[in-house]
Amino acid sequence: MGNAGGPPVDEFALGGQVLGSRLVLGTGGATSHASLAAAIRASGTALVTVALRRLDPTAPSLLDAIDGVRILPNTAGCHTAVEAVKLAHLAREAFGTTWVKLEVIGDEDTLLPDAVELLTAAATLVDDGFTVLPYTTDDPVLSRRLADVGCAAVMPLGSPIGSGMGIRNPHNIELIRDAVTVPVIVDAGIGTASDAALAMELGCDAVLVASAVTRAEHPVTMAAAMRHAVTAGRLAYLAGRIPRRAYATASSPVHGLPTW
Amino acid sequence: MRLTVNGECRTLDDGARVADVVLAVMSQAAQPVAVRATGAAQTRGVAVAVNGDVVPRSAWPDLPLRDGDTIEVLTAVPGG
Repeated sequence: MGNAGGPPVDEFALGGQVLGSRLVLGTGGATSHASLAAAIRASGTALVTVALRRLDPTAPSLLDAIDGVRILPNTAGCHTAVEAVKLAHLAREAFGTTWVKLEVIGDEDTLLPDAVELLTAAATLVDDGFTVLPYTTDDPVLSRRLADVGCAAVMPLGSPIGSGMGIRNPHNIELIRDAVTVPVIVDAGIGTASDAALAMELGCDAVLVASAVTRAEHPVTMAAAMRHAVTAGRLAYLAGRIPRRAYATASSPVHGLPTW
Repeated sequence: MRLTVNGECRTLDDGARVADVVLAVMSQAAQPVAVRATGAAQTRGVAVAVNGDVVPRSAWPDLPLRDGDTIEVLTAVPGG
């Protein structure tokens, strides 16, 4: 889609690579590898997350289902920096990638990140040569600290993982956008297409969506909706929206109105 | 020797290496013959830790295991 002579609207640079889509797809919650593969195609994504768990020899290979897109391993399930760093190193061995979606969870009910452990793990993994994409609270100060230790992006939540509550504090997402120069990827809480569009309208570089697609009634259709929403939101951001006003501004001319 | 592999007790011949335990885990697959025939290609996306230490893929054929070792054999699952 056009962008007035600029780079293609869906392209963005992350970790020194150019990705062809601003939609990152999480694979958690997928009911089958076949439906996941179809959702990946419909989403147009170039980057999908996976988790690392004990090998079940009777399960079909997930990697076969996600062939052709870049893999972003996560550290989901880790509660300390030590655990997350270890899992990231295992993921590097498994997938041959230095990219990692860093998650360090501090609370089981909300799955909110543990800021202290997250920053510690991020600094360690950057030193170890990883391209670190941290899942973080929507805190502009923590986001800046994560960028300062060398993270390749920051990934603030819109609302808790899997909640589908959308972006609860759009102002903070804007503050994060202004606080860092690395890409900002809204990572959690997206429930439907309008949430993803809002993230992009706020100036984010990309959106990560998992449950909203994989747990939708029709995942492939929702994947297509997200694809369009991310493109539409980016275009709207680039277009520059009109300011909000308290009162109406006539769109038809007042001059030349007949008198009776 | 007795090992703990992915949380379960498992007995392997003395002198077993990391590669042997990976093959042992993977040979439980629905088509174990196919796994053996294709070998390393089937271990794409697999990572191993022994007693909590990451074992690089290049060390799998040579690193010997010892009685009582705890081994984690991991791979990709949907998540994130």
